[in-house]
Amino acid sequence: MHIKWNALAQTAGFSFGITVTVVAVFALGILALSRREAALSAREGDGAGGAAKPALLAGAYACFALCAAAVVYGLVLIAAP
Amino acid sequence: MEHISFLVAVVIITALAFDFTNGFHDTANASATAIATGALRPKVAVTIAALLNFAGAFLSVKVATTISGGIVNEKAGVHPEIIFAALAGAILWNLLTWLRGLPSSSSHALYGGLIGATIVGVGMNGVNFDTVVTKIIIPAVASPLVAGLASWGATKLAYAITRKGNPAVTDKGFKTGQVVSSSLISLAHGTNDAQKTMGIITLTLVSVGALPHGALPPTWVIVSAGAAIALGTYMGGWRIIRSMGKGLADIKPLQGFASESAVSTVILTSSHMGFGLSTTQVCTGGIMGAGLGGPKPELRWSMVRRMVYTWGLTLPAAGLVSGGAALLAQQGTWGVVLVGAALVAGSATMWLISRRQPVGADNVNDVAEVTPVELTPAAAPANPTPASTTVAA
Repeated sequence: MHIKWNALAQTAGFSFGITVTVVAVFALGILALSRREAALSAREGDGAGGAAKPALLAGAYACFALCAAAVVYGLVLIAAP
Repeated sequence: MEHISFLVAVVIITALAFDFTNGFHDTANASATAIATGALRPKVAVTIAALLNFAGAFLSVKVATTISGGIVNEKAGVHPEIIFAALAGAILWNLLTWLRGLPSSSSHALYGGLIGATIVGVGMNGVNFDTVVTKIIIPAVASPLVAGLASWGATKLAYAITRKGNPAVTDKGFKTGQVVSSSLISLAHGTNDAQKTMGIITLTLVSVGALPHGALPPTWVIVSAGAAIALGTYMGGWRIIRSMGKGLADIKPLQGFASESAVSTVILTSSHMGFGLSTTQVCTGGIMGAGLGGPKPELRWSMVRRMVYTWGLTLPAAGLVSGGAALLAQQGTWGVVLVGAALVAGSATMWLISRRQPVGADNVNDVAEVTPVELTPAAAPANPTPASTTVAA
């Protein structure tokens, strides 16, 4: 009986790495959105602190774009195994 | 295709019925966590899952050339009778586990059925036991562990990252993410599982000479297999959705997203690397990992234990039923008719029992402690167990 331990370990490693990376990047994007929300409400309060806002939004979009790329790659894998 | 015998017609209908129970059983894989966290309303979740399962059936260009991926030796004389018996055992096991609200693997039920029916019909030499170990047993043990570990790590990390975030914003964000990640599971599921039914129907048609050797599945086969799995998915195996979404752990949107991401990744990576696996077991593993990775690590171990027992039982139980069915079906037309009648009667009985304690879109999120329906009326007390508590949803 031939068991492909190597391929098995590789599959496990890749699965773990990709999952943790994608979820962490998504969480970073959400954290950026959350910070932006906080910055916005702070500015409404004292009229200052709006400077970090566009960067946070751009950062959030960059994170979500990376996750979207991972999803598209997944779709490619489904369609052409 | 000018001549399709009675037996072949029965096999095709039974294959589509199995495909239906497959969709029905596996709705929970993609939608249980999305429903439990409120990312999607129950009816919306199963509708999306159904549409994507249907789409998934058309997506892959991979040809369904084997029934079993080498688990049974198809050249050793796997007749339509044997395939019919295998399907009958798989359907009955799927319905029995659904009745108990237990997520068992539809693929394992089918493989178990094929193995049992082949041993009876062809003999031990008809089964490649090496392939059984490398293609079923090892992935069955490894894949839920990998999915659980990945989901656990992702949950931990995501909680650490968003700890200082605004809970309203993070919850909304992860719920949106869940819509995408659960959709990906549905699509992958439709591609994998609808293909199995297409393979069975196509190879049955080939075996009686209605199609040439190496033929692609005809369009009507693709459409009907896709439609059967989508219809089953849409009907929603609500009992299983409840067990998986509420029975294992209290899942928050972050955990749902982490679990669904782990499940999609494990399924896609493994099928890319050529490991077949059970979506159901991977999902259960992912939910367990997410439950343990949360801020208050907890799992309902009684439910975990029941699910793990069911995984172990699926292959031999479906095999036994199918073996018996094969013994009958080989006796001729009357045997096939008898197996068919037993299949219909068994399915109807289980449906009737399920009506005693219906679970649907309206009460799928109600119960925290999921109690299985009692099979014997005498054992069912009039009052619910004290452990069952109702969550104010």
